[in-house]
Amino acid sequence: MKAIANTLLAGLLVILLGACGSVPLRGTGDLGLVIERASGHVTLVNTSTRSAYGRIGGLGDLSHASVVYSRDARYAFIFGRDGGLSKIDLLEGRIVKRVIQSGNAIGGSISQDGRIVVAQNYSPGGIKAFDSETLELLSEVPAEFEPGRYSKVVGLADVPGNKFAYALFDGGEIWISDFSDPKRPLTTRYPAGLQPYDGLITPDGRHYLAGLFGEDGIALIDLWQPEKGARKILENYGRGEEKLPVFKMPHLRGWSVAAGRAWLPAIGRHEVLVADASTWKETGRVAVKGQPVFVMASPDGRQIWVNFAFPDNGWVQVIDTLSGKIVQTLAPGRAVLHMEFTPRGEAVWLSARDDNRVVIYDTKTFAKLGSLAADAPSGIFFSSRAARIGF
Amino acid sequence: MNILALPFLFLAGSAIAIAEPSPARQKELVHLVRQDCGSCHGMTLQGGLGPALLPATLAGKPVEGLVATIIGGRPGTPMPPWHRFLAEDEAQWIVMKLMAGFPQ
Repeated sequence: MKAIANTLLAGLLVILLGACGSVPLRGTGDLGLVIERASGHVTLVNTSTRSAYGRIGGLGDLSHASVVYSRDARYAFIFGRDGGLSKIDLLEGRIVKRVIQSGNAIGGSISQDGRIVVAQNYSPGGIKAFDSETLELLSEVPAEFEPGRYSKVVGLADVPGNKFAYALFDGGEIWISDFSDPKRPLTTRYPAGLQPYDGLITPDGRHYLAGLFGEDGIALIDLWQPEKGARKILENYGRGEEKLPVFKMPHLRGWSVAAGRAWLPAIGRHEVLVADASTWKETGRVAVKGQPVFVMASPDGRQIWVNFAFPDNGWVQVIDTLSGKIVQTLAPGRAVLHMEFTPRGEAVWLSARDDNRVVIYDTKTFAKLGSLAADAPSGIFFSSRAARIGF
Repeated sequence: MNILALPFLFLAGSAIAIAEPSPARQKELVHLVRQDCGSCHGMTLQGGLGPALLPATLAGKPVEGLVATIIGGRPGTPMPPWHRFLAEDEAQWIVMKLMAGFPQ
């Protein structure tokens, strides 16, 4: 009994100490952060008040930085281009830990049980697994697809069972590494196709898709039956026509599935490709204003928001998934790099890099709800990602 | 004419003087390279999906070849042609600046 009382007392003390700090006791479900790519800062934001509540610097080269969240949604793990991996406390608004884990990184993911953070690297090509508590290196899988030849790794996504799927840009393969024993990962390789540029896992964790740059099509693995290997879907979608130049690579994530269909950027065509998410047959296409970069479904799946590569990156278009038609074309600002929906999708936040602003829109009325100043903002990452498979 | 650029032009076997872009255009070009080329080559130009564009990595490469890559792209790779947005002498100015150490 006394022990319990002591524990309670200690707990109370922690709460009181916490209350003495700058942040009152609160949850993190409506928090997030915005990457300020040019200056190595992140701005901490609150999606309920639509405002910034903090700013953290000293994060290195954040061009193409991406973020995953701990399963308690308190900590953000930021993967910087320069190989920096930083763990941020959203509540205390500070860097908890920071390591330089490679020379050139492209993103990361977190395991189903939340214990392993994995970074995907361009050079040296491969993935590295870290303890999410301490950022101590657990193991690594070099992407050596032929003796002495290492590939850039793209499209890393967590798979149920503490596995990670990823694609080898130079190697043309999909690899799945099982981290059941975090220090001894087991990797299976699947031929995928020419130059996979990114990948995604469907929201149910069942299918891994790798978009191909070097050929028309998308490689697909059924993770419930991986022994069947990768197959191609949406093959020859370009119909042999000459490709338009791609001034920025599209990005794939699990937000591409909505209303029973997958909505995917074409490469070298100003189209969004639509495939049935059970048969994986093409069901349609939507002509859009430019080369799609993010093709992102709202949380309820009713809308798809699309932004574009240079030089069309001032536009954003919205597709209604019921009619398959564009219902809105917006000009939110100069160089719109990224979008993020609030957890249940009543609003979307967009970063307008060259306007140094984050702009917020109502997804129902398309009215502008507000904006925030940020220094060359790129990625916007809300803590609701913490509970999603494939992030 | 950029004094630094001269030796490179001679090295490349080409003594053609290039027209220096106006200060306002130079600013746009620097922004384009850092931000938009940077989406593949990295904002600090240390490489990404595309190779690094630092003086050390470009040293010894022929200027004409680099200019041709910018203008016409490289088939078989993700490098697109930029001729819609850059005149040839602007591409040449970018190559000179990359080889000398690109401005912020």
